[in-house]
Amino acid sequence: MSDPSPPRPARPLPPVAIVIGVLFFFGLLGLMLYGVMKSGDPQRDVLPSALIGRPAPAFALPVLHEPQMIVRSEELRGAPYLLNVWGSWCAACRQEHPVLTRFAESKRLRVVGYNWKDERADALHWLEQLGNPFMVVLSDPEGRTAIDWGVTAAPETFLVDGSGVVRWKYSGAMTQQVVDTQLLPALAKVEQAAAAADTTAASR
Amino acid sequence: MLPELGQVLLACALLAALLQATVPLLGTRRDNAAWMAVARPAALAQLMLLAGAFAVLTAAFVQQDFSVRYVAENSNTLLPLIYRYSAVWGAHEGSLLLWALVLAGWGGALALRSGSLPAPTRARVLAVMGVVSAGFIAFMLFTSNPFARLLPAPLEGRDLNPLLQDPGLIIHPPMLYLGYVGFAVPFAFAVAALLEGRVDTRWVRWTRPWTNIAWGFLTLGIALGSWWAYYELGWGGWWFWDPVENASFMPWLAGAALIHSQAATEKRGVFASWTLLLAIAAFALSLLGAFLVRSGVLTSVHSFAADPSRGLFILVFLSLLIGAALLLYVLRAGALGSAGDDPRRGFGATSRETLLLANNLLLASACAMVLLGTLYPLLADALGVGKISVGPPYFGSLFLLLMAPLVLLLPFGPLVKWQRDQPRRALALLAPWLLLALLLGALAWWQAPRSGWKVALGVAAAVWVAAGTARFIWQRVRGNGRFTAEMTGMLLAHTGVAVFLVGALLVEALNEQRELAMTPGSSVTLAGHEVRFEGVDHREGANFSADRGHLRIFHDGRQIALLHPEKRQYASGGQVMTEAGIHARITGDVYVALGEPLGNNAWAVRVHIKPFVRWIWCGALLMALGGFVTAADRRFRR
Repeated sequence: MSDPSPPRPARPLPPVAIVIGVLFFFGLLGLMLYGVMKSGDPQRDVLPSALIGRPAPAFALPVLHEPQMIVRSEELRGAPYLLNVWGSWCAACRQEHPVLTRFAESKRLRVVGYNWKDERADALHWLEQLGNPFMVVLSDPEGRTAIDWGVTAAPETFLVDGSGVVRWKYSGAMTQQVVDTQLLPALAKVEQAAAAADTTAASR
Repeated sequence: MLPELGQVLLACALLAALLQATVPLLGTRRDNAAWMAVARPAALAQLMLLAGAFAVLTAAFVQQDFSVRYVAENSNTLLPLIYRYSAVWGAHEGSLLLWALVLAGWGGALALRSGSLPAPTRARVLAVMGVVSAGFIAFMLFTSNPFARLLPAPLEGRDLNPLLQDPGLIIHPPMLYLGYVGFAVPFAFAVAALLEGRVDTRWVRWTRPWTNIAWGFLTLGIALGSWWAYYELGWGGWWFWDPVENASFMPWLAGAALIHSQAATEKRGVFASWTLLLAIAAFALSLLGAFLVRSGVLTSVHSFAADPSRGLFILVFLSLLIGAALLLYVLRAGALGSAGDDPRRGFGATSRETLLLANNLLLASACAMVLLGTLYPLLADALGVGKISVGPPYFGSLFLLLMAPLVLLLPFGPLVKWQRDQPRRALALLAPWLLLALLLGALAWWQAPRSGWKVALGVAAAVWVAAGTARFIWQRVRGNGRFTAEMTGMLLAHTGVAVFLVGALLVEALNEQRELAMTPGSSVTLAGHEVRFEGVDHREGANFSADRGHLRIFHDGRQIALLHPEKRQYASGGQVMTEAGIHARITGDVYVALGEPLGNNAWAVRVHIKPFVRWIWCGALLMALGGFVTAADRRFRR
């Protein structure tokens, strides 16, 4: 390029450039289309929990209402339970509360509350005011155990089966739709698996 | 009745745009002057009709007609009058109307100012503008009608998003859209040139002011957005590499490349087909930005409510429009460019052409890098690699890498001659200034309390650009002493780059922040400033109630400011907004934001010392001004 380049006649674009350009254009288009298709799904940004399919982390936590009583993870085994992480400071938990209460009243399974990073007095007051749907409320004021569960924000809800394996998780406030379309099917699967395990155990 | 009128006006505007898009083009095919002449009145009619529709929607907001769904969703009776005006573009439907109005405004201006162009050229340019307009008006009518009714009408509306109830946000969208949409003009010219099959230097000259003005507005819009994020979000940051920020930054980078390559094409006849491609790319990126923001494909604080049908509409429109333009480019671009025997064509390795080429390559790479980073999470998701978010570490380091050579080369640009130059000449001219920059950088490194090398880098880069620009001014003054508007604009924009570098790099290096619990009477000392917390009281605004902090700032034992950061709870939605308390000086800001109440009168308080942060926006302002001044050059009006 040290010399002025000689004048060149007009020529078409090199085919390689065209092929690359076309691939790039349609690749981008395809990606956008994929994005549009996915954009209706509200859960698309939620990181999948690494816990799904793994045993729930072991814990020993005091009960909110009777702090001298300690509940251990193995004591909850034997039947599935729902663990709901909440705090009195969390506005979305308040929003979720009626849905959770309605679900708890159906008595399908045990609903365990997990009071996270909260003041005991505030938490008790909150339950008194809004009603207590939980069979038992565990309290974790410093949030140490919550780290094992991978809790990043409240509310979060975990479905744990009878053998202590996490089967389903939801981040954010559950709506009735989430309960109907996600939680109940997940629970049905857990119950089926348990029933199948029982029959194989009985037939032996 | 009024909203129905608005809808009729929109439908008429669509017809006008379709007329503008088709009849003049057919006229150029058949060489029919009367058909070509339709373009101008159609463009003006479209502008009037959209202005009418916009006025109708504004009236609905001012009169608080909650029977219009868009009004009911984005305002309520408590909303102050000024925000009722700005609420018109506070959400998706209305902002789309603003977008269409701005587009029609550019089209109208083109129609009025293009008298000197040959009739077929003018007809083609306006027809392309018509195609773009028709797409957006149809988008509005079919997927996002701002005039849709909500019956029975509610007694009270919801509210304008409290984030948007802020003076900065009143003018941010109009500025941004003036820029975004303004790139439709060079796009229309590029497509018209491809349709015609040749690039005339005269047209390139004719487009240049339009590109510069659009780029100037885009710069202003982005700077306003950054400034708003700084004082409203309460984090003290000025740029977050958020997908939507990136969406506005990509056309900005492409536009910056375009204004340089247009200059080279106009003056030397080089890079003609590259200029065309850039013009198409700049507008394609504007459309991509609109798509990303309005489709909900990427999640960001700025996104409008997601709706797949909207995303699909823009995507189809975008792919047809840009696909057609690119197809035309592939078919025709090879035959374009100035005549092969143009004596101006060739250029040596040391020439202004080479430098402008480097500028374009670097800016285009930066643009590609931002595009990749913005879309990477989506790509990873599509390929099933997992959920990934790309953050400031990627953008920051790569951007620095690409901008460093640009900054290094910038002062050479104006000083090196066209076509070919002695490599040593410019180097000899600039060597003393390079030495000065390095010296001052070293001095800064020695003086800096910490992050020495970052400070040194910032000071050296800024001094280098500023001194190089000053060297050029000196050369002109000693020569004939004449400065054209084009030259002045270039100098202003380059000075803006220097000023921006000071702000961006020094605030990055010297920013100090502390988050702490403060009780009334307690104080903290940060970078020589004592911040004393006096407590929090309560204040009632028009449509919000606020906790207002009182903090006194002392420097050298003297009180320099009393700051009132606020935490506002809006009456309608219970959304909480922070308003930072800022003591702004040219050498840096003291920035305090109120966090959560901690009980016993204690509050979480965030204190930042932000040295030279104002320089960031001052620099952007200078760049924008540079664009406007360049556009005013008399040479372009011939």
